[in-house]
Amino acid sequence: MSLASFFAQLLNGLAGASALFLVAAGLTLIFGVTRVVNFAHGSLYMVGVYVAYTLAETLGRGPWGFWGAVLLSALVVAILGAAIETLLLKRIYAAPELLQLAATFGIVLIIRDAVLALWGAEDLLGPRAPGLSGAVEIFGRAIATYDLFLLAVGPVILVALWWLLERTRFGMLTRAATENRVLAAALGVDERRLFTAVFALGAFLAGLAGALQLPREPANLGMDLSIIVEAFVVTVVGGLGSIPGAFVAALVIGLTKALCIALGTVDVGGIAIAFPRLTLVAEFVVMAIVLVARPFGLMGRPPAAPPTTPIAEFRALVVPPGRRAAIGALIALGLAALLPLSGDEYRLVLATDILVLALFAASLQLVMGTGGMASFGHAAYFGLGAYAAALAVKHGAPMEAALALSPVAAAAGALVIGWFCVRLSGVYLAMLTLAFAQIVWSVAFQWDEVTGGSNGIVGVWPSAWLSGKIAYYAFTLALVAAALAAIAWIAAAPLGYALRACRDSPLRAEAIGIDVRRTQWTAFALAGAFAGLAGGLYAFSKGSISPETLAIPRSVDALVMVLLGGLNALAGPLLGAAAFTWLSDTLARATEYWHAVLGAMILLIVVAFPMGIGGALQRWLPRGAR
Amino acid sequence: MTLIRRLAAHTLLAAVAATAFSVAAQPIRLGELNSYKVFPAFLEPYKKGMDLALAEVNAAGGVLGRPLEIVSRDDNGNPGDAVRVAEELLSREKVVMLMGTFASNVGLAVADLAKQRKVLFLAAEPLTDKIVWENGNKYTFRLRASTYMQTAMLVPEAAKLGKKRWAIVYPNYEYGQSATAAFKKQMIGQQAGGIEFVEQAVPLGKIDPGPVVQAMLDAQPDAIFSSLFGADLARFVREGELRGLFKGRPVFNLLGGEPEYLDPLKDEAPVGWWVTGYPWYAIDTPPHKRFRDAYQAKFNDYPRLGSVVGYSAVKAAAAAIRKAGSTDTAKLVAAMNGLSFDTPFGKVSFRPIDHQSTMGAYVGRTAVKDGKGVMVEWRYADGGDFLPSDDTVKRLRPAE
Repeated sequence: MSLASFFAQLLNGLAGASALFLVAAGLTLIFGVTRVVNFAHGSLYMVGVYVAYTLAETLGRGPWGFWGAVLLSALVVAILGAAIETLLLKRIYAAPELLQLAATFGIVLIIRDAVLALWGAEDLLGPRAPGLSGAVEIFGRAIATYDLFLLAVGPVILVALWWLLERTRFGMLTRAATENRVLAAALGVDERRLFTAVFALGAFLAGLAGALQLPREPANLGMDLSIIVEAFVVTVVGGLGSIPGAFVAALVIGLTKALCIALGTVDVGGIAIAFPRLTLVAEFVVMAIVLVARPFGLMGRPPAAPPTTPIAEFRALVVPPGRRAAIGALIALGLAALLPLSGDEYRLVLATDILVLALFAASLQLVMGTGGMASFGHAAYFGLGAYAAALAVKHGAPMEAALALSPVAAAAGALVIGWFCVRLSGVYLAMLTLAFAQIVWSVAFQWDEVTGGSNGIVGVWPSAWLSGKIAYYAFTLALVAAALAAIAWIAAAPLGYALRACRDSPLRAEAIGIDVRRTQWTAFALAGAFAGLAGGLYAFSKGSISPETLAIPRSVDALVMVLLGGLNALAGPLLGAAAFTWLSDTLARATEYWHAVLGAMILLIVVAFPMGIGGALQRWLPRGAR
Repeated sequence: MTLIRRLAAHTLLAAVAATAFSVAAQPIRLGELNSYKVFPAFLEPYKKGMDLALAEVNAAGGVLGRPLEIVSRDDNGNPGDAVRVAEELLSREKVVMLMGTFASNVGLAVADLAKQRKVLFLAAEPLTDKIVWENGNKYTFRLRASTYMQTAMLVPEAAKLGKKRWAIVYPNYEYGQSATAAFKKQMIGQQAGGIEFVEQAVPLGKIDPGPVVQAMLDAQPDAIFSSLFGADLARFVREGELRGLFKGRPVFNLLGGEPEYLDPLKDEAPVGWWVTGYPWYAIDTPPHKRFRDAYQAKFNDYPRLGSVVGYSAVKAAAAAIRKAGSTDTAKLVAAMNGLSFDTPFGKVSFRPIDHQSTMGAYVGRTAVKDGKGVMVEWRYADGGDFLPSDDTVKRLRPAE
């Protein structure tokens, strides 16, 4: 690579970084103040692109048309953001941490379907920016003028935000709330208005980023998810709440990717390494390295207040199951065992799915609810279990042995990942699990010879004695019931108590002689094993697996199930998995816009039962029945 | 156990009685599943195509004297959910066969389910070569021209140019990888003299066009082969034009002429690229004209390639049931082998050797006319002419 082309790639990387920074800046701003992990930020960005497209078409192709469209669409998105905050998020700020994540996930589903209904399925290529549609020669390489413009926009926005936050009263209040929102509220800062304003500002930046993307990318329905994960990564690498951090992180990631592409296929000691293929995971590798080295990101600071301030009510809910709960569980098991009598084969298929996902969700609840460690990459263990089982069968192992291997393989993976993760806390920990999960995913996705690449592995069927639907359902029911009982037992065992102690006060736990990291590490491995078992059962129930068993949507599904069911309710995962799976299945059949309806149902549940379905049940039932 | 048996026996009896009485009125149900929410740009026209074919079949009296019905499900774009909805279609909706799917991994998963459950599966859209070769099975048939076939349609033109250094850009998953592998292999086979390739794999839907185009420029290729589509293609075209990547370099783009991917580019559509696609506006063969007129009359919209695929899939299913004279799977599978049926592209048949249909694609060059991307100098490439030798196929496909 010549120096000139290296310089050109540097500019390319910087332009991409600038666009990414705009999205991440809004996200980090919102998180810093409201602590909302805003999963819908990518959707706001997508709305920005679509609105800008329509406005640019309406206002004409002149400079006023285009730049007017950019600004107006950012405003439209800001209003949309304010509406979402006022109508929805405001109602659930008091709920357990991360419940907002489930709510914003519901919004993602609704916005995607709304955009499909309003703008149609076809990609919409917007106009080029008037006045900036050409290219200039720099060292003999043509560079798009618009890229140079974007390159300048990033720093301008950075400075503008710095001014706003450091030099205005609004900024001072925002910083105060970022640092300690309880104290700020106590000093008379109107939290509610401030939150709305910050959310609108974050949404404005997302809309602006989207609108500015119009000349570079056709408006399409995949934009929301493809940007949100990357924006999260930038936010976390930079340090949550740190806008300069987000800027530096965007630069690092943008340049890493450009460099991977520029290097091409390189021979290293006789082995050809195709660097462009690494772009699939480049940002996650960067994130893993940064977080392992700096647990609070490049420029983040440890939060002044403890990361979790669980409300007493939610904490008190964690009570070991009593006798009546045990009887209830037995009755439920008995009823489940009678299901084959209904004669509807499909009901068994659906119930098998629900059981498998309930176990998966329960394993997540063990680390997240009892352990207080949110995991955004829980699919890694599910997928490892599924792949271990599938590969064992493909290499001639009997199905029973292969299934026994899944929890072992997943636990091994969880031990490695957990060793790094327990050194972190809060969202940083969650994002590090995501980074590892994505790295595992990309290995499965690219290692054709072993994992079948993007196609996955087919022909993973159970042994003859389990090939019937009833037999496999009964088998799954027995294993899942035993596993759920084991998880409930762990939560009530000394390990469970130690885990909760580490969650609620690591300092005090340490003081009474609990090895915090070791306890959390154990929980990780155990949860991994249970998730792996779920993955193995899943593989044999489907007959095939592919990298999607390891992918982000599966982790998100598990999160949503746990939150819907109730983070700290024992029956939560089962209820959450049942509600989510049954709803998707029924709605997909009933209506074309089933994503939107599913999203609306999630919002309803979240607002009506902030403690989840299980939490609400516990509250209604008499105390002894808990 | 006796209770279950008795129950089952009762249900069976009741079912037999019911069918005996109302066989004439009972529709024949086709179970269709696809990733409607994940790939709407292709699948909305596909669904319209299916609806049109269904209406035509039923207007002509249905099949075996019974109306045809399609039960459609969204597979959510992942194999796990696809297998679940397929189970639902089979056990609850009592469909006589499965059809549809889009992505390779979903298609392969459903194909394997079809083998396990011994039910016919017509894979309408998945392009992966494996579905008929490495992972082929007795029950699975594939309608569209595969990645290998469409690549083979472009290779003769590419080899004729005698270019030494090729830059290849592809989406980094099954389709792009196998298109790239097929292209390299066939080019080496057909072009005398040395030939070298430089590759850029981009994450699907997330191309970073600036660096990719820059890296391709730096590689100084003589010609370019791309299998990009959708938003990736649009971004690649815009950035490549801007930086002069295509100046003086022949470009080949698989699927680039499909209206789904060419139309969004409007007046910025590339000029002079070799592509496979579907020039719906210019094909005036009687079967296509009939199809196009009916489609436009029914939907007030022009057909996309997806429309042709959906339409032809339903026509193939109806033809198979007619030929089998029954909805019994064994008879349907037997009927599908060598089945000849009508499509807007003309008569097409399913090859007994690998269950691949001979449906072809249009090969031509891109141009811009009236502010829209079009295909010119096109010809129909019959799928049957672009498949490897029978010996090769036998070696690839597991024996039954």
